[in-house]
Amino acid sequence: MAAGAPMGEGSASNIYRGNSLKLMLPAWAMIGVFLLAPVAMMAIYSFLTKEFRGGVIWQFSTAAYDQFFFNRGLFGDEPPTIEWTYIGIFWRSIWQAGVATIACLLIGFPTAWFIATRDAKTRSVWLFLVTVPYWVNLLIRTVSMKFLIRDTGPLNEFLLWSGTISEPLGLINTNFAVQLGLFYSYLPFMVLPIYAAVERYDFALSEAAADLYAGVWTTLRLVILPEVKPGIVAGCILVFVPSLGAFLAPDLLGGAKTFMIGSLIEEQFKGAAGNWPFGAAASTILLTIVMAVLLVYARNQNRGA
Amino acid sequence: MASTEIAVGIDKVVKRYGPVTALHGVSMDIRENEFFTLLGPSGCGKTTLLRCIAGFEDVTEGVIRLKGGDITGLPPHKRPVNTVFQQYALFPHMTVIENVMFGLLRSGWSKPEAVARADQVLQLVQLGDFAARRPAQLSGGQQQRVALARALAPRPQVLLLDEPLSALDLKLRQAVRMELKALQRETGIAFIFVTHDQEEALTMSDRIAVMSEGRVQQIGTPREIYETPLNRFVADFIGETNLLDVDVRSVDNGMAAISLPGGHCFTCPAAAVVQSGKGHLSVRPERISLCAQGSGDLDATVEGQVYLGTDIHLQVRLADSERMTVRLQNSETTAVPETGAAVGLKLEAGAARLLAD
Repeated sequence: MAAGAPMGEGSASNIYRGNSLKLMLPAWAMIGVFLLAPVAMMAIYSFLTKEFRGGVIWQFSTAAYDQFFFNRGLFGDEPPTIEWTYIGIFWRSIWQAGVATIACLLIGFPTAWFIATRDAKTRSVWLFLVTVPYWVNLLIRTVSMKFLIRDTGPLNEFLLWSGTISEPLGLINTNFAVQLGLFYSYLPFMVLPIYAAVERYDFALSEAAADLYAGVWTTLRLVILPEVKPGIVAGCILVFVPSLGAFLAPDLLGGAKTFMIGSLIEEQFKGAAGNWPFGAAASTILLTIVMAVLLVYARNQNRGA
Repeated sequence: MASTEIAVGIDKVVKRYGPVTALHGVSMDIRENEFFTLLGPSGCGKTTLLRCIAGFEDVTEGVIRLKGGDITGLPPHKRPVNTVFQQYALFPHMTVIENVMFGLLRSGWSKPEAVARADQVLQLVQLGDFAARRPAQLSGGQQQRVALARALAPRPQVLLLDEPLSALDLKLRQAVRMELKALQRETGIAFIFVTHDQEEALTMSDRIAVMSEGRVQQIGTPREIYETPLNRFVADFIGETNLLDVDVRSVDNGMAAISLPGGHCFTCPAAAVVQSGKGHLSVRPERISLCAQGSGDLDATVEGQVYLGTDIHLQVRLADSERMTVRLQNSETTAVPETGAAVGLKLEAGAARLLAD
């Protein structure tokens, strides 16, 4: 608002812009109640003392973080050494989520491209088909995947029957099975944002590139990918972040060797064996990592523009 | 000046999209160092033909040659021609100089050579100071010049321009016309320019191909196209004209004897194809002068006038109720008759031309 503008005029334009305090209240309430408060609660709980039957005692403690990063021996009286168990689980989770994200990108980009280059009528049909599996509950889809790929499942039965293999592939309870589950769970989150970006892409740019002596792959690398990059980044974030915290796919398709962050956190809040402050601490560390990655990306983006 | 050597040869090119035929066997030769315009209303096939030359469209039948060599089957990135696109199609994520260097780096120029050449071309279009900007930071006219620089940088053998001025406002468009024409002379290559704007075509072109419904109607210099149109479409599309239905008495040696509405006999040049019977007489509005009723070739009643600044357009109605436009130059001595006045119309020698459909 310009300095010295008449009161009535200023507040009127603020109303139209949605800047009036009263009108912004729902948005702020929303963000406060559903976003800031839960995160703050999680952070606070991670600094409390655990109650043995689950829950917390309201007493400040850094025990949860200490347990996450340091090993002080069975009775807690030895000099601290780095505790690799949880860092290892985090690292494996990042790896698994990364592989799933790359797989989603490799399949999702051509899919999105295919859909976006159909004519307007058939496009909506293809988009609908991509989203149809997601009307089914994630748990059911993951269990179905387990039945499909287990040693006595249809996939192995068919390959054995056709003579392609002589014994079951042993897919279940492997890293690959978890990656497959994550890939299948989150593929549409890759396809949809890339589709939106490709749909906005001006195909005259591809013609311009071809006119200026660029072949197909050069055009893809130098013109198309930079133009649809926002969609690719959005897709990667939307796949990577939930994959990182997923617990259904690792629980149902993986085994002890494929334990991921999601399962670790889930266990801390389940039953009497749980440890709420430790679960909250693991969640807070996970959130910090994700935020750090996004912030670094956002900063690079701003510098580039 | 345009030489007589052929830069692009179009030989009986047919383009079909399913059941729709966009080009019906189009043939033309575009000479070296010539400003050649494809002119016609939207949907006439002019852009399709340009895209066939660039390689964005496959031709269904026919051959396209560049300097004698057959390029019909080559993909666009293997054709040494460059295009200025209608909406410019500049790469938004690249700076101006990166845009201009794109074609150079793809066609084997080293980086330092490409930088030097891009600088040179940007100077040519007076954008030397804008090399580091992005396209979105430029005005429409500046973007258009970047598109020109980008297309000219790799020294194409022919430059294709797809209505490049249509996105500019009127004032800018008129200024850019002269720049384009000068640029064509400076570079010494053939420009093939697509437009639906006849004024643009007349002011810039060495030769014009007038197209309609996928066919070439006439190819000639602006003067030939305007003054000796071959058919009714060309006469009507280029400039303004009055078309009168007339009875043709005889055609002899390119001259036709006709009877005008009102019975007056008149002799005028005829396009070769006209036979005796019915014909269309094209009379340019600026080639008609007013006189006293009964003493001219036609008698008419004034219905109204349109003031255009430099000219006044007089709307008149003939006895058999056909309407005509007479253009009077606006000077102090011009006597503009009142609405309702009875006037005679005198057709200047060579002003009228008999046309086929």
